[in-house]
Amino acid sequence: MIIDINFIGLIIASIMASAVPLILASCGELITERSGVLNLGVEGMMIIGAISGFALMTVTGSLIIAVFGAMLAGVLISTIFAFLTQTLITNHVATGLALTIFGIGISAMIGKNFVGIPGKEFPVLFESLKDTIPLLGPILFGHSIVFYFAFALPFITSYFLKKTKIGLIVRAVGDSPESASNQGINVRLVRYACILYGGSMSGLAGAYLSMIYTPQWIENMTGGRGWIALALVVFSTWNPIKILIGAMIFGGLTIIQFHMQAIGVRIPVQFLTALPYIVTIVVLVVISRDSRKIRLSTPSSLGKSFHKDN
Amino acid sequence: MHKFFIRSFVSSLVLLFTFTVAAIAKDVKAAFVYIGPTGDHGWTYQHDVGRKAVEAAGFKTTYVEGVPESADAERVLRQLANSGHDVIFTTSFGYMNPTNKVAKEFPNVKFEHATGYKREHPNVSTYAARFYEGRTILGTIAGTMTKSNVIGYVASFPIPEVIRGINSFTLAAQKVNPNIKTKIVWAFTWYDPGKEAEAAKALIDQGADVIAQHTDSTAIVQIAEKAGVYAFGQASDMDKFAPKAVLTSVENNWGPYYVDRVKAVANGTWNQKDTWHGIGDGMVVISDLDSQMPADLRSKVKKLQADLASGKVHSFTGPIYDQKGNLMVAEGKTADDGMLAGMMTYVKGVEGDIPK
Repeated sequence: MIIDINFIGLIIASIMASAVPLILASCGELITERSGVLNLGVEGMMIIGAISGFALMTVTGSLIIAVFGAMLAGVLISTIFAFLTQTLITNHVATGLALTIFGIGISAMIGKNFVGIPGKEFPVLFESLKDTIPLLGPILFGHSIVFYFAFALPFITSYFLKKTKIGLIVRAVGDSPESASNQGINVRLVRYACILYGGSMSGLAGAYLSMIYTPQWIENMTGGRGWIALALVVFSTWNPIKILIGAMIFGGLTIIQFHMQAIGVRIPVQFLTALPYIVTIVVLVVISRDSRKIRLSTPSSLGKSFHKDN
Repeated sequence: MHKFFIRSFVSSLVLLFTFTVAAIAKDVKAAFVYIGPTGDHGWTYQHDVGRKAVEAAGFKTTYVEGVPESADAERVLRQLANSGHDVIFTTSFGYMNPTNKVAKEFPNVKFEHATGYKREHPNVSTYAARFYEGRTILGTIAGTMTKSNVIGYVASFPIPEVIRGINSFTLAAQKVNPNIKTKIVWAFTWYDPGKEAEAAKALIDQGADVIAQHTDSTAIVQIAEKAGVYAFGQASDMDKFAPKAVLTSVENNWGPYYVDRVKAVANGTWNQKDTWHGIGDGMVVISDLDSQMPADLRSKVKKLQADLASGKVHSFTGPIYDQKGNLMVAEGKTADDGMLAGMMTYVKGVEGDIPK
C-alpha cells in the first residue's frame, strides 16, 4: 500500500473528529472536579444532550437552537445533580450514577419518536481551502464550528484555571472549601456554577455525536464515551492539555486499529480493540508520574460534601 | 312440558352461542422479548415492526425490551407465560436455553425462538431468515459498481451468521468481477454509531469505494454519503439516510411470519416447526434499486432475486474453495443447511483471518 501524505492528513482529521466529544465532556468535567465535585453523570448528561440536540433540530429545523438547546438540556439535568449534592448534601458518587441511569432512560423515552429520522447536514467551515495545502489541508479545514471550539477549549480551560481570578476561586473551592468559605467565597454557588458548566459541555458533546459526527438518534448512542471522558480527567491528573493528548491517543488508536485490520496486520483483533484503552491509560500515567505535581493538581476535596454550618 | 322444552331449547341456544363466541373471540395474547431497545433502528426495531403487524391484525401484544441473555431472560419468560400470554417470541440467539427451559414448565404456552436450533419440547418452534440470500444480491451489485476493486465490509462478531454473510457476498462479487478484494474490519459491536463510522472511514481511506455492513446503525451509510462512495442499508431501508450512497437495502421482514404464527395459535393449528425463510417467502426483502445502477445491472439483479426466490439459484453453489484452497462445496452441488448453520471458515478471496 502506498502511503501518501494526504492519506495521513485524512487519518489525522478523522482522529481529531473522533476526539471532539471526549475533549468537550472531559474539559467540562475537569472544571466540575476542580471545584471539588465528582459528577459521574457525564454519560447521562451526554445522552440527554444528544437526544435534545437531535430532537430540537428535527422539530425546529434550526441548528443554532438545537446546539444551544442541547447545552441547556445538559445544564438542566446537571441542576438536578447540583441541587441534590449541594443543597441536599447527598453522596456525589451515588447521585452521579443515578444521573447516568436517569439520563439513559429519559433519553430513550423522548427518543422513541426520533428513531429512523435522518439528521440534517451540519455546515462546515473553510471547505474550499481543504485541498490547498497537502497534509495540513484536511486537518485544518472543512470542519464544524464545534470541532474548532473543542480544540481551543483545553487551552482556554488551562488559561482560565491558571491566570484568571475566577479560575483561582474555582481551584480554591476544590482544594479547601473551608478556607475559601472563610475568605467570603460562596462555595455552594461556585460549585453550582461549575456543575452546570460541566453539564453544558457534556450536552454539547452529546449534540456533536447526534448532530455532526453521526447525524441520527439511536438509543444509547454515546456508547460509553462519557465514562471514557471521566477516565481521561483522572488519568490526565486534571490537566486540560493532557486531556487533549489522551483524547487524541484514544481516538487515534481506535481508528488506527481499524486501519490495521483493513491492511491485514496479523494481530488478534480482540487485542487491537482493547489497545486504545490500554495505551491511553499507560501513556497518561507515564506523562503524569510526577507525584508532586499530581498532589498539586488533584482537587483535595474531590467528592467530599461541604456543609457550611460545620 | 311444552314450556320446559322451549326454555331448554332457548337456553341451550344461548349456551351454544356463548361458547361459539368465546371460541372465536378467545383473546390470543402474544409477547415479544427483545435483546436491545426498540429504538436501535436495527435488529430489535425490525422485530418490533413485526409485532406491530400482529397488533394490526387484531391481536393483543406485549413486549419487554433490553432483556439480557442470562437468568433474567428466564424470569421474564416465566412472568410472561404466567400472565396469560399464549405465544411468546424470543428474538435473540442467547435466549435458546431459557426458552426451552421455561417451555417445559408451561406446556400450554407456545414458544417461538429466533435464530436458534434447540426444540426440546413440542411447544417450541424456531425461525430464522436467510439473510445471506440478500447478501448475494449486494455482492453482485458491489462487484459491478466498484471501480477501485476494493470493497469494504464492516462486520460485528465472528459468528456463523456473519461469516456466512461475508462469504455469500464475496462469492457473488467474485462471480461478476474476479479482481475484487473484500477488506473486512471487525467492529466488535452490533451498534455503536461512532465506532461503525470510524471503521467505515478507515475502509474508505484505504481505497474501498463500496461499503457493506453487518452492524445495525445508519452511521456507515452516512459516512459513505459524505465520502461519495456506495453503501447498502442493513435491516431496514436506509435510503433516506444516504440517498446517493445507498444502492439498495436488505430488509428483515418478520411481520408476515409473526401474523401467521399468532393466527395459527388462535385457530389451534399451531405446530412445532423449524422455519428458515429467505427472499422466496418474503422474510428477506430487497428494497428499491437505486437509479444510479445501470439498467442492465438492475434487470440482472431483478432476475437474480427471482431465481433466488424460486430456488433456481443458490447462494452457495459449488465449486467453492476455502482460503487454503480446500474444496468446500463440489461443482454442481449446493451447501446444505447444516453446513450453512455452522459456517466458520472464509471462502477463497476473503482477506485476513477470522478473529478467534
